[in-house]
Amino acid sequence: MDVLVIGGGAAGLAAAIEAKNMGVKVLLLERDRSTGGVLNQCIHNGFGLHVFKKELTGPEFMEYLWEELGDLDEVIRSNYTVLKIDHINREVFTLSEEGIIVFEPKALIMATGARERSLNSLRIPGARVTGVYTAGVAQKMVNIYNRLPGKRVLIIGSGDIGLIMARRLKIEGMDVVGVVEIMPEPGGLIRNVVQCLEDFNIPLWLSHTVFEIHGNERLEGVTIGKVDENLNMIPGTEKYIKVDTLVASVGLIPQNELIENFVDVDQVNRGPVIDDFMRTSVEWIFAAGNNVAIHDLVDFVYEEGKIAGKFAALYALGEKLPEVKYEFKRGKNVGVMLPQRFTGTQPFKMYLRPRKSMSKSEVIFSGKTIRKFGWKIRPSEMIDLKITNFEQLPKEVIVEVNEIG
Amino acid sequence: MPIEFGIWLFIYGGVYMRVFVIGAGIVGSLIARELSKYDIELHIIEKAPDIGWGVTKANSAIIHGGYDDPPGSVRARFAAYGNKLYDELSKELDFGFKRVGSYVVAFKEEEVSYLKELLVRGEKNGVSNLEILSSAEIRKREPNISDKAIAALWCPTAGITEPWEVAIAAIENAQENGAVVHLGERVTNIIVRNQKVRKIITNKGEYSADIIINAAGLFADEIAKMAGVGDFEIFPRKGEYILLDKKLKGLVNSVIFPTPTKKSKGILVVPTVDGGILLGPNAVDLPKDQKNNVKTTREGLNEVYEKAKKLIPSIDLSLTVKTFAGLRPETKDKDFIIGTTKVWGFVNAAGMRSPGLTAAPAIAKYIVEKVISEDLKINLTKKANFNPYRKKIPHIEEVSLEYWEELVKKDPKFGKTICFCNNVSEGEIVEAIKRGARTLDGVKFRTRASFGRCQGGFCSLKIMEIISRELSIPLEEVKMNYENSKILNGKVRI
Repeated sequence: MDVLVIGGGAAGLAAAIEAKNMGVKVLLLERDRSTGGVLNQCIHNGFGLHVFKKELTGPEFMEYLWEELGDLDEVIRSNYTVLKIDHINREVFTLSEEGIIVFEPKALIMATGARERSLNSLRIPGARVTGVYTAGVAQKMVNIYNRLPGKRVLIIGSGDIGLIMARRLKIEGMDVVGVVEIMPEPGGLIRNVVQCLEDFNIPLWLSHTVFEIHGNERLEGVTIGKVDENLNMIPGTEKYIKVDTLVASVGLIPQNELIENFVDVDQVNRGPVIDDFMRTSVEWIFAAGNNVAIHDLVDFVYEEGKIAGKFAALYALGEKLPEVKYEFKRGKNVGVMLPQRFTGTQPFKMYLRPRKSMSKSEVIFSGKTIRKFGWKIRPSEMIDLKITNFEQLPKEVIVEVNEIG
Repeated sequence: MPIEFGIWLFIYGGVYMRVFVIGAGIVGSLIARELSKYDIELHIIEKAPDIGWGVTKANSAIIHGGYDDPPGSVRARFAAYGNKLYDELSKELDFGFKRVGSYVVAFKEEEVSYLKELLVRGEKNGVSNLEILSSAEIRKREPNISDKAIAALWCPTAGITEPWEVAIAAIENAQENGAVVHLGERVTNIIVRNQKVRKIITNKGEYSADIIINAAGLFADEIAKMAGVGDFEIFPRKGEYILLDKKLKGLVNSVIFPTPTKKSKGILVVPTVDGGILLGPNAVDLPKDQKNNVKTTREGLNEVYEKAKKLIPSIDLSLTVKTFAGLRPETKDKDFIIGTTKVWGFVNAAGMRSPGLTAAPAIAKYIVEKVISEDLKINLTKKANFNPYRKKIPHIEEVSLEYWEELVKKDPKFGKTICFCNNVSEGEIVEAIKRGARTLDGVKFRTRASFGRCQGGFCSLKIMEIISRELSIPLEEVKMNYENSKILNGKVRI
């Protein structure tokens, strides 16, 4: 086998499609019972606008990918877990109903996606009760298992899945009390704030969070309150809200447990450092999707998967890929950023998240303005930049986002 | 289910011996397992739906060296001996136990003199190989300990375990040897006649009893009262904990204590058996009526963090997996209450504050060999066919890949991963259900599924499906733990 893809979400499927199109032998390992990842449970629309020029649901988007891939059984192995990767001997140890199988691919693509941050990890005081679920789990209950999580719900965190679930649970008859967001601005896309909350009269309380969880065995209520600019609770603002369900959309965490001990990791992205070929610091390992950094749109993840698939295939075919020549360094106001390195041999897309909202702004590469934004940019919406011109760039490019006029 | 007593006729010099252990925590479970070596009719009654859900499931999980209990106290007598028993016990019952050693760290000169006191005390208690280390030596062994530490007391015999697993293992082994376990059954009264135990009454039935062992943890005072010997009180002392990700494995290799105060052993940094790091506990005395209060508090968690950071300054809470609180049963005299009472046949094993977990195996032996055999003068006979061994549920991270390959060949369910964070297979979950797990927590404590960093995000619904399938109950009837802890609330569409 030439290319092994770990993970069968949008990035992994796209990578497998592209690698297969390049004429190499490719296998995709999926740890769940079928591929598609979170697309399976995202039955709302809004997917595919960029890459298919259509407004699709998650399962529809997934079917487009399946169709592109062709014979699924030839490429996909579901219910396969990767136990470990030996990066020196280039061995991938897997567990499945077939037993322990060790693969020795020429190139490896990591498309392991993200997991939801659990509410338990936030150290909110109070009881440990049932009725507290992450938004993705609540979504799976409703959309896959046909079950409701409770009767009356508060959403904590205004990430996209939280907003989507506020609407979803309301449509299915739950009493959706509101959404609390600890930051002064929503965490998800503005289009989701409008379509999921405003259109359904669901209140959004900004600079608010849950101070305490009440109940004995099942959740009985929560205390919410306001926070100051340092995110500390403001005494006297507490309010008791009676709910039997708390749905948490408090962030996604890239999953890199299989490689983080031997590849270079970007602590801001929480994912591997990659270049414009989606290569990690280990030359035979590529990465794409939410394990590299959290994206807003599946379309971008798909595009990254295709790049990874193409270059992993070329690498597996024995082609010598160009070496990294340039490096991006974070300057002022730059949060998530990818890639962090590039070869300067091909145009590529760069993604950035500003650290704060700015009404008018410019992106600066080592002192030189390369893009101006006349509209508001915010941390919750990723900026994408087409980088085509490498002339005059220093080896180390300092990236800044500045507020202007 | 009614118990048909007719089938058990164990005779001791003409007496049928019916022994009831109240409480399936670590103490009750180990006593039951010890009793199951003998020809008696043995019952364990536990009010919770599963084993080890009280004090046992939320504590520091340490097998103490035994150096800091006051010489002459009941605690001191049992702790050092209990510690020694863990080697054999962990082999027979096949639970996780690691003798990782412990350090008591001193930051000031007066603390160093206290370490010397502890060393002397330890020797009096029979704890050997204690040693006071210099700051250079500490740094060499545990480089993450604060560089402000000036000395430490090293105790090589301290260890770590998973207390709930010890209790589960002990009960499984007792059952294998004929004990009957009543879960979800609450003792409501004890009938005493002529200062002798006669009957035990529960919410599900009544049973004739000859001996009752009161190992009811936080509620042992209430059980004693039922027998008319309620001359002690149990106070809940809350301790809060923060559990950090296994990614931090190696942050500390041994248990790290501060120099103790009069009130408690302080807030510790503990490596867990499966590689995580546990911080805690603080100590908050609660009123007597708050024996169910396991709520964490902002102040408590802050205190745990601040104090743990003094020991290990590099601790990073961004890798928090979860927080929880546990209760310790305290008595006025800060000591165990073990032995006979003025009601013949009613025996206490109560007040098991720290180091109760450490002492439990020694207490179990004492209850059988001293209290029952000598004090109550009952001539117990050993079972000819007692099987001392129990095998744990196999886990891929604890065996060779070749072994696992064979297992998958025999049962492909061991090749299907359900909990991705801890690599727990469907085969393990099915086995846990066969051994008595009925809830998500039941599966969690037996397999570590959903115990990891995603806290069940990926696997809890799958585990519910497996429970539903194996027990033939509807998915929405699957519970987290107790009666009122259902996960789902009916169908979206019929």
